[in-house]
Amino acid sequence: MDRREFLKTIGIGIGGVACGDILIPSIVKAQNAFGGNEFFGVLVDTTRCIGCRRCESACAEINNLPAPNLEDRTVLGKRRETSETQYTVVNRYISKEGKEIFVKVQCMHCNYPACASACLVKAMHKIEQGPVNWETNCIGCRYCMVACPFDIPKFEYNSPMPKIQKCNFCWEKKVSQGQHPACVEICPTEAIYFGTRREMIEEAKRRIYQKPSKYYHQIYGENEVGGTSWVYLAAVPFEEIGFRTDLGTTPYPKLSKGFLTNIAVIDLVVPTLLLGISYVVKKMADQQENREEKK
Amino acid sequence: MNEKTEVTAIKNLKGFINFFLSELKPKGGKTIFTPFNLITVPIILLGIIIISIRFARGLGAVTNLSQDFPWGLWIGFDVLIGIALAGGAYVLCFIYYILGYEKYHPIIRVVVLNGFLAYSFYAGALILDLGRPWNALNVLIGNKFGVSSVLFMVAWHFFLYTLSLLFEFAPALAEWLGLKRVWKTLNAMTLGAVVFGIMLSLGHQGGVGGLFLLAKAKIHPLWYSEFIPLLFVTSSIFGGLSMVIFEGSISSKVFRHRMSDEYHNAHDQIVMSMAKVCAGGMFVYLFLKLLELNHEATWSLLSTPMGYWYLVEVVGCVVIPLWLFLAGANSRSMGTIKIAAVMTIIGVVLNRLNICLIAYKWYSSLRYYPTWMEVVVTLTVVLTELWVYRWIINRMPVVSDSPEWAKGSHEK
Repeated sequence: MDRREFLKTIGIGIGGVACGDILIPSIVKAQNAFGGNEFFGVLVDTTRCIGCRRCESACAEINNLPAPNLEDRTVLGKRRETSETQYTVVNRYISKEGKEIFVKVQCMHCNYPACASACLVKAMHKIEQGPVNWETNCIGCRYCMVACPFDIPKFEYNSPMPKIQKCNFCWEKKVSQGQHPACVEICPTEAIYFGTRREMIEEAKRRIYQKPSKYYHQIYGENEVGGTSWVYLAAVPFEEIGFRTDLGTTPYPKLSKGFLTNIAVIDLVVPTLLLGISYVVKKMADQQENREEKK
Repeated sequence: MNEKTEVTAIKNLKGFINFFLSELKPKGGKTIFTPFNLITVPIILLGIIIISIRFARGLGAVTNLSQDFPWGLWIGFDVLIGIALAGGAYVLCFIYYILGYEKYHPIIRVVVLNGFLAYSFYAGALILDLGRPWNALNVLIGNKFGVSSVLFMVAWHFFLYTLSLLFEFAPALAEWLGLKRVWKTLNAMTLGAVVFGIMLSLGHQGGVGGLFLLAKAKIHPLWYSEFIPLLFVTSSIFGGLSMVIFEGSISSKVFRHRMSDEYHNAHDQIVMSMAKVCAGGMFVYLFLKLLELNHEATWSLLSTPMGYWYLVEVVGCVVIPLWLFLAGANSRSMGTIKIAAVMTIIGVVLNRLNICLIAYKWYSSLRYYPTWMEVVVTLTVVLTELWVYRWIINRMPVVSDSPEWAKGSHEK
């Protein structure tokens, strides 16, 4: 390798590092808008929820899942997670004042979903209108489950042809036809409210401004992990009612984006460097041999 | 050469059965019932039964995987640990082919073979863990590439690296089959395969660690940091070399009759040099670990139970073997170096298990323990690999000398 070639190699390397962020197409799109459209969101106001769990049965009905027994109140005794046969569950918490607080749990439909950025075949993906949904080209690696900060995707371990199961925002059966999700429709107290995500944030803010003493002044999901399509209001701090408040506001895909950029650079620079080294080493060995022969 | 007769024997079925039975015997042995066969065959058969149950009834039927722990022993051991400990192949290829250290010549082939088998078997074992394996090819062909996924990148690097290892090993195959012209072509491709192999190794060794960057909220802060990929690459260097030292000390006993004089004479000298490289790698690793503690300001966590566990891994299985490697290389003591290598391997195993199982969801009261069936399947994968390894070592010029016609030129 002569000097010019060497400089060229180094130049490409440095240029690659500098341009990495421009060359690699951005996976992160602007908040609230996806492909230019505003996307849908839901506001869950836990101060209005009475824990009737009718959202659970409406969800089970529309998704052909086993129907929950609403009469059985004992299930509220302990904290439940969603499962492969329950896309949503309502949990009961007791506040410091001894009041019951009910919290509906389901997929948050993140603005920048970790599960989608983890998926290597784009089986998990966020569609323009907001829902994060799953397709059957999935290979079943379960990386989405490792990645999701809310532990939402669930896997059918007891099936030879397993699927990933989670809330699908009722996209196919309801929302894409201009209707509201099944849980929103059935809620008797309007604790779940449907619209565009921007409207949801505005509505949540309006409620806090109007009744500042009623609400804890935070909209959970406004900024968490870069924002979620489902956002929550509550009367108490969110960590008291089962939410993780240590997730930060960085969109999850960003956690691995820097690394992916580096890999692209490594793949470009390393072979050139290695060939260069091997060439120089060989040259030096040849020269040594020549010198020894002359002696 | 009786290799020729072996090849022709495959041509008819009866011949094939005889051939197959004779192949089950260790080369030169009189009986099929060696201790190795008697122990491994029942385990492998049991493993095959468990694997059939897994495909018939789902992962839940044989594993303890749960919604909370989607990755268990099969990912943690076969993939994370298997890949890290197979790192010796790319490190030695770099030292031998790129830096031109000729003294590694006697072991380069066996290391590449080990790497190739490890990747084929452990990455192959991944298929057992995939819930929907019939879709596995969607990663390589199709129109839905998840280019923002670290796993996508790892899968491709994995696949291409296995191919490049095959190309690096192929000259030995050609020598065994006596294909002189093919051998020439393959030999000319070696340097290219090596260069791409090293690039791909850096990518996927780091990438396997990079997978866990997305599990920020789930991994204990002492183990989680942005350095995970870099730490995985560094530990694959000394973990991989320690594995080469460890395997070398076993195969130089088991396959003594196959070893060339060159191999025997050079073996100790090579191990000493590898011990020094290990020590260097571990020094860099410790430096990164310190940087990480400072950067993430997690010093205070060291005095918690998880902190003690962290110290067991870092002090017990990195600092102490680092010192042993240096002491062993100084006093030219093979025993000390072997102990250091074993401790280092345990350290890498601990580190990978910590990241994917023990420090993963450390806050949860639910824990994952593998079922005995998961353990048997893991053993099946390892033992099947050993069978193939033994079969190849006993036939092909791996640790033995190349045939006369190929002598002297398969250096470069």
